[in-house]
Amino acid sequence: VSHLRPDVRRRALELIALYPERRSALIPICHLAQEQDGWLRPEAMEEIAELVGLTPAEVRGTASFYDMLHTEEVGTYLVSVCTNIACLLGGALELLEHAEETLGVRPGGTTADGAITLEEAECLADCDRAPCVQVNHRYVGAQTPESFDQLVGDLRAGRLGDTIPPHGTLVRVQRSVGLRADRREVARQRAAMAGAQAARAAERERRRAAGGQGATTGGGKG
Amino acid sequence: MAITEAPRIVTSRLGYEDSHTIDRSLATGGYQALRKALAMTPEAVAAEVDAASLLGRGGAGFPAGRKWSMLRRDPVTYLVVNGDESEPATFKDHLLIEGDPHQLLEGVLIAAYALQVTQAFIYVRGEFALGLERLQQALNEAYAHGAVGDDIFGSGFSVDVVVHPGAGAYICGEETALLESLEGKRGFPRIKPPFFPAAIGLYGQPTVVNNVETMSNLPWIVLHGGEAFAALGQGRSTGTRLFALSGHVRNPGTYELEMVKTTFRDLIYAPVLGGGIRGGNELKAFIPGGVSAPWFGPEHLDLPLGQDEVAEAGSMLGSGSIVVMDSTTCMVRAAWRITKFFARESCGQCTPCREGSGWLERVLYRIEHGAGREEDLDLLLDVSDNISPGLQWPPLQTTICVLGPSIPSSIHSAISTFRDEFLLHVKEGACPYA
Repeated sequence: VSHLRPDVRRRALELIALYPERRSALIPICHLAQEQDGWLRPEAMEEIAELVGLTPAEVRGTASFYDMLHTEEVGTYLVSVCTNIACLLGGALELLEHAEETLGVRPGGTTADGAITLEEAECLADCDRAPCVQVNHRYVGAQTPESFDQLVGDLRAGRLGDTIPPHGTLVRVQRSVGLRADRREVARQRAAMAGAQAARAAERERRRAAGGQGATTGGGKG
Repeated sequence: MAITEAPRIVTSRLGYEDSHTIDRSLATGGYQALRKALAMTPEAVAAEVDAASLLGRGGAGFPAGRKWSMLRRDPVTYLVVNGDESEPATFKDHLLIEGDPHQLLEGVLIAAYALQVTQAFIYVRGEFALGLERLQQALNEAYAHGAVGDDIFGSGFSVDVVVHPGAGAYICGEETALLESLEGKRGFPRIKPPFFPAAIGLYGQPTVVNNVETMSNLPWIVLHGGEAFAALGQGRSTGTRLFALSGHVRNPGTYELEMVKTTFRDLIYAPVLGGGIRGGNELKAFIPGGVSAPWFGPEHLDLPLGQDEVAEAGSMLGSGSIVVMDSTTCMVRAAWRITKFFARESCGQCTPCREGSGWLERVLYRIEHGAGREEDLDLLLDVSDNISPGLQWPPLQTTICVLGPSIPSSIHSAISTFRDEFLLHVKEGACPYA
């Protein structure tokens, strides 16, 4: 029985169709599974493994490499406070300390009501608005301790629901078309290239066997 | 040196509220360069890029035209665009993806045509949720407009583009790690040789990997010609560049400036640019090109913003991000935080990087928190030397990729220039800036 909802599974299959090899869709599908569940459940990883032709362990082993793929439950809102160099210079460590006190959790922890997970982040590429904070990977601008408390209040009261979807929903714009270039033409071109490369490799090998060193410059242009 | 009246090549639309829409793009010349390119031969388009001497804008600064011509002997199978911008204090691609996704797409399509590639992937770091949405929206619009897909603009050339989200890993900005990630694996850099993307890239096929800003320059180059681009800047550094300024300046932000014509002093102090140090403080040091770069001091302010000029002075322009630190900055703390970043982001394949970064971070932490010893300074340099022998610039490499050899830069800079500050931490048993 499928863990992924039918619409999610259909989108997963559409993603797989975009890549020459199905495994390439692994990370995009993990994002989809997080959109459904908020995090990567073991059942989801098993189904993803089946979809992309891997073992569940391979899916977990890949997912656990990436900060944004959560193999343990997280809150509705993931609040990421960057403390890297530009934000550090803008008071990020003080902000993080304040966030820990306000929320009563350490980085990595989730508040008792399950609303907020606090995270100490690496550079989020918004350094002219330091210290930088993201909620569910949406920028909320530079924060002071005061504005941070306001932000947390707004999140808990559901006042930011329009701009910040629950954790897991990454890209709300779906691809509207599948691949359009003629696949047979692509396959033909690839075969021609592979043939040309093999011929050149054989030519290089022949020259090397003939003892000619330094024959790598120029030439070769068909 | 001065701020020149160079044209805005990549930021021309960013003043508009709706800069990311296809309407704004088409109303301001969007996709005209692609139409022009499609009427040329692929070789002629590549020749314009060659003539522009466009240096890759990702950090290494390799000439884009040369990267492409390496492939002309072995036809390219895939074009991959690196939008995994994660180098600390670098936020220019963030702006280009969110602010002008059609310009990026147009550049990608021009490159695909020049390379005769039928499939292109744009890898965007996962944390750019808005950027991913805008780029996907732009791609949907471009398909509907006939600019992507089968027989684009009736030219007979077909190409598909896929926007691929990353999932949070600095190392995936390294091009071979990015390819691994795009194949659905952990972001482990590949050993080079043999795994140069041009030879053995995505799915083992010859692949071109170019940065977002590099792609965003292409529409202008095709419209105005490579020579017009090369006329801007000086020496090897041609055109303009998007500099990201952060830290203790009054006006942090991104500034598109003509290469080489502007100095660090202009960028940091000019009223229309950085506006000077916040609170009227003194400049203590600045990082000229991402946290992998050795630090500069006030004596380097008059260096021009050019790739070779900065390299000759012993650092690098890298990703074009400048971090300014004023007199209130604790240099031990700054070096510690940068090292902590590398320790967290080391992929773990190579021992010098994996073990070294962690130990360096712990030693710096204990100095910053008052538990350091005088001999820790030598220890830091010794461990650094084990990661990159001789602590030279550019650094020697003991690891698969350049993340490891990048770790010692900030530590070596901080200890050589601010040794007294380290010793004060040890002597007082506390951070004097806390």
